[in-house]
Amino acid sequence: MKLRKLKKISRRNALQLIAVFTGTAVFPSISFAQSNQALDRINEITNGLGAIESDIWLDLPEIAENGNQVKVSFEMDSPMTETDHIKTVYILADGNPSPNVAKFSFTPEMGSCSATTRMRLSKTQNVYLLAANNNEQFFMTYAKVKVTIGGCGG
Amino acid sequence: MSSIKPRVKVPKEVSIDEIVEIKTLIRHPMHSGRMKDPEGQTIPRQIINSFSAKFNGKEIFQMDLEPSISTNPYIVFQYKVKESGKFDFEWLDDNGEKYSISKEMIVS
Repeated sequence: MKLRKLKKISRRNALQLIAVFTGTAVFPSISFAQSNQALDRINEITNGLGAIESDIWLDLPEIAENGNQVKVSFEMDSPMTETDHIKTVYILADGNPSPNVAKFSFTPEMGSCSATTRMRLSKTQNVYLLAANNNEQFFMTYAKVKVTIGGCGG
Repeated sequence: MSSIKPRVKVPKEVSIDEIVEIKTLIRHPMHSGRMKDPEGQTIPRQIINSFSAKFNGKEIFQMDLEPSISTNPYIVFQYKVKESGKFDFEWLDDNGEKYSISKEMIVS
């Protein structure tokens, strides 16, 4: 009788343990997914619609020796007319203290959708580019940059 | 801060429908608020947070800068020439200061 009771409890315990274990096993993967702040930010900007992964020329070094000065250039094919032009471009980084790097606002007067700047990268990470046209359609691309010396201090 | 001087490179002689490249650079430390001085004190955030370019009074380009932008912000963009005129560039500092510079462009 005693043995049966023990068995019963242990089975329940086992089930609970499984639940606890799977819980803990699932939890890190959730927190890992949440740690991609750049994708979260993309979700926020696009209101959960997401973006089409498209062919945008995003020029970043494959290996950045100095994370303090990482040159980033991009160019997008767009007619840049009043009715069809790229309005905003976001640069986002998933491994920096904050995902936001820069937001560019373009106008049809510019004739092309292209810009260059220099950014800081604290560690090896993915850099995302999110573009929105005047019809609220979103496009994105990303590139991985290996950083030898971080550039965010602290 | 008199040490902050913007520099802009605009092609002097251009032709209509040409897409020209405009290069800008401003000397600014861009304190991200995460770096420490030699005494170990955190340097408070102070960055250039916005840049804008106007041509003949009309805004053609604007950029929001975050602490992830490097020291001495360097910005390059393009512009399609339609007429002669004047560019006005303006940078805004966290401390409320504005730095600006103007450049002429002549269609030949």
